[in-house]
Amino acid sequence: MTTTGTLEVTTPSEREIAMTRVFDAPASMVFDAWTKPELLKRWLGVRNGWEMAVCEVDLKVGGAYRWVWRGPDGNEMGMGGVYREIVRPERLVATEKFDDACAWYPGEALDTITLVEHDGKTTLTTTVLFESQEARDVALQSDGWSSGVAESYDVLDELLASD
Amino acid sequence: MEPVSYQAKDQDRLDATFAALADPTRRAILARLASSGQASVTELAEPFAMSQPAISKHLKVLERAGLISRGRDAQRRPSRLEAEPLAQASEWLERHRRLWEGNFERLDALLDDMKDKTREKGEHR
Repeated sequence: MTTTGTLEVTTPSEREIAMTRVFDAPASMVFDAWTKPELLKRWLGVRNGWEMAVCEVDLKVGGAYRWVWRGPDGNEMGMGGVYREIVRPERLVATEKFDDACAWYPGEALDTITLVEHDGKTTLTTTVLFESQEARDVALQSDGWSSGVAESYDVLDELLASD
Repeated sequence: MEPVSYQAKDQDRLDATFAALADPTRRAILARLASSGQASVTELAEPFAMSQPAISKHLKVLERAGLISRGRDAQRRPSRLEAEPLAQASEWLERHRRLWEGNFERLDALLDDMKDKTREKGEHR
C-alpha cells in the first residue's frame, strides 16, 4: 500500500508510464482539482514562474480541453486533447497532444486517471499510454502489463546498484 | 503533461531500453550478467528451460537496445552488461518523478485549502 505523499512511478509497458499517489482528501475534491480550470491553474505545471495562461475545459465526453503555460521569459507551451470517459469522481480518460513546437514525445497519448477513496484518503493512479503502431488498445485492456512493471524498475535499480 | 525536453534519438533509445526490459527472461539475463560480469550463450541458457537459439534471440534484443555488448570471439561471443542505457532510463524516470512530485505537492496544498473552505461552509458538495 502506498502511503500518503509517496509518488510511485512505474513503466507498465514499453508504451506506458504510470504514477500512483495518495492524497489526504476525498476523491470528489481530487477530481475537481483535475477538471476545474480555476483549480487546475493553482497546481498543474505552475512552477519557477510558469503560469497557466490558457486553461479551457469542456468537461463532457467528446469535449476538448486546451492548456497553455507561459514562462517568465514569455515562452509558451501548449497542449490539449479530448475527453473520452468521465465518471466523477472515479475515472477520467482523455487524449493528450502537445503543440508541435514543444512536443516532447511524438504523436498523441492517452491519459487514464483513476481515483479510489478509502477512509477519506484518495489513491490516484494516472497512466499515460504513448502512441504505437501496434495495437495500443490491446495493451490497455490486457492485464499482462500491470505485473512486470514495478519488477522491471526494481531490477533496474538493482542493476545500477550492483554495477 | 509538462515540458521535459529531450531528443527524438533519446526517445528511440529509451523505447528500445524499456521494450527490452519488459521481458522477464531478459531481465534475468541482465541480473545474471550484473553478478557474473560476462557469460557465453551456453552459460546463460543453463538456468532457463530454453534453447540456445531462444536465448540468442533475447541477447540480440538486449544488444540492439545497447544493454549488453558481445565479445568478438566467434565461438563464445561472451555477453557483457552495458550500464549507460540503464542509467539513462533510470534518469528519465527520476526526472519525470521529480516533475510530478512538484505538481502533487501543490495539489496537496490546494486540497488542504479546499477542505478548509468546506469545513467553513459546514458541507461538502
